[in-house]
Amino acid sequence: MIRMKKSLWGVSALLFILAILFLSPVLIVLMNSFKGRLFISNAPFAFPDENTFARLANYYEGIFKIGFFSAFGYSLFITVFSVLAIILFTSMLAWYITRVKTPLTRLIYFALVFSMIVPFQMVMFTMSKVVNMLHLDTPAGLIVVYLGFGAGLASFMFSGFIKSVPLALEEAAMIDGCSPPRTFFSVVFPMLVPTAITVAILNAMWIWNDYLLPYLTIGTNHKTIPIAIQYLRGGYGAVDMGAMMAMLVLAMIPVIIFYLTCQKYIISGVIAGAVKG
Amino acid sequence: MQNTLKKYFALFALPGLLAFTMAFVVPFIMGIVLSFTQFTTVTNASWVGLENYIRAFQTPDFLNSLWFTVKFVIVSVLTINILSFFLSLLLTRSIPGTNGFRTIFFLPNLIGGIVLGYIWQMILNGVLQPYGVTLTSNPTYGFWGLVILMTWQMTGYMMVIYVAGIQNIPRELLEAAEVDGAGRWQTIKNIIIPAIMPSVTICLFLTVTNGFKLFDQNLALTAGAPSKQTEMLALNIYNTFYGRAGWFGVGQAKAVLFFILVAAIALIQLQITRKREVEQ
Repeated sequence: MIRMKKSLWGVSALLFILAILFLSPVLIVLMNSFKGRLFISNAPFAFPDENTFARLANYYEGIFKIGFFSAFGYSLFITVFSVLAIILFTSMLAWYITRVKTPLTRLIYFALVFSMIVPFQMVMFTMSKVVNMLHLDTPAGLIVVYLGFGAGLASFMFSGFIKSVPLALEEAAMIDGCSPPRTFFSVVFPMLVPTAITVAILNAMWIWNDYLLPYLTIGTNHKTIPIAIQYLRGGYGAVDMGAMMAMLVLAMIPVIIFYLTCQKYIISGVIAGAVKG
Repeated sequence: MQNTLKKYFALFALPGLLAFTMAFVVPFIMGIVLSFTQFTTVTNASWVGLENYIRAFQTPDFLNSLWFTVKFVIVSVLTINILSFFLSLLLTRSIPGTNGFRTIFFLPNLIGGIVLGYIWQMILNGVLQPYGVTLTSNPTYGFWGLVILMTWQMTGYMMVIYVAGIQNIPRELLEAAEVDGAGRWQTIKNIIIPAIMPSVTICLFLTVTNGFKLFDQNLALTAGAPSKQTEMLALNIYNTFYGRAGWFGVGQAKAVLFFILVAAIALIQLQITRKREVEQ
């Protein structure tokens, strides 16, 4: 007994050290965000002292000069509505192609699954041209693009779940006089909620952090958070390290809040997604 | 039911399908066709056959980035999977605070690639500074910088999958091993690893494909410097398109080759998974 306890203490201590190591990059960024810009590259691991402490100057710059609030707004708008569109339209599509068996629906299913293994670079150039041609190069238009590019994984996960659900329930609803839309929204969709949460989490993580797709389609007119950070590097000549640190902290805060509030769903969503994918 | 539902194609299937066609099907087909042409805009393409593919292989930077990417994938797949498997073993023993530890290890995975790149650029430059060098003075620094970054990011994700795998092992199996006097190492080797092979397959698949597709982290950490020597495949393709006038066709040919490479890996992996499923 005593021996076992000892070894568990050892494991706890080891994990504790590893956890500190894992957190340290975030903590170092946080610490540096309060230092004057010159001291960040000269002494990145030193605590701020009276000479180097910059109060909230870096945050002021990040929020007002570089426009963090606007970037946050665009990121939030694009992520929320893209995720909602993906859940609504791909669950409907997945139900249709799973329940209606024709050569066409089989082809659609195959194309959707196929799209999951195609890397973005393959369609990068041509997609941005199509988006320009159709005038979808706006934050609102981007929602359609994310729906299209995210449809593969989402329909695959939805249809995987639908296949495991017995038809009887839906047939009973239809016999009782429910129209297909009514059957879908009051019988099928409620059963899909756990899968929908997984789909929402996987897509929210992807879309919120995505850099290249919004950059190539809407450019720097409407900067999302990743684009604003990259622009700080590209647009100002020498990088303002102070503003950079503050922006990195500000970019991480929403993610950490989101993570801590939905942690349970995120972890189980990731497991479910991994098994399906 | 099928016949009633069939009439609702426009309502149920069309919205998703239109977006999918616009964002994927059309760009994909156009991409294949354009890789055999020379073009400056989509409408003035002229057929050149395999010339773009030949030019892609003739430019040394493409082969360099391919080799750099392969090296990176091999090393990072090993570091990520070994570390995350090790962590998952520690975290499936009954230790107080397990959930807190899992939360911390998973956290980097939610932070975006661009942000991760700049975090590590600052830290690694700080570490290298006393030696009078920077992250971009030598491609070796960039290589290990990317490995460290990727390990930090992906370990928690893979750990979660391994933990789920280990928790699915029937308790009796582990107890039987203990009764038979199996040591810790023997249990890991003969019981835990064989039992979590599905998790291993998934983790290998995710780390390999994500490693090949890495872009944001590469762009933010080194952007390929010094002189393209830390440029991975995805960034190399991007730079061929947007950094070099008149090379659209070659860029698209490289993208097709990249797609074939990633798809081949995905299909081989799928095949291996299927074989195992039959055996079980």
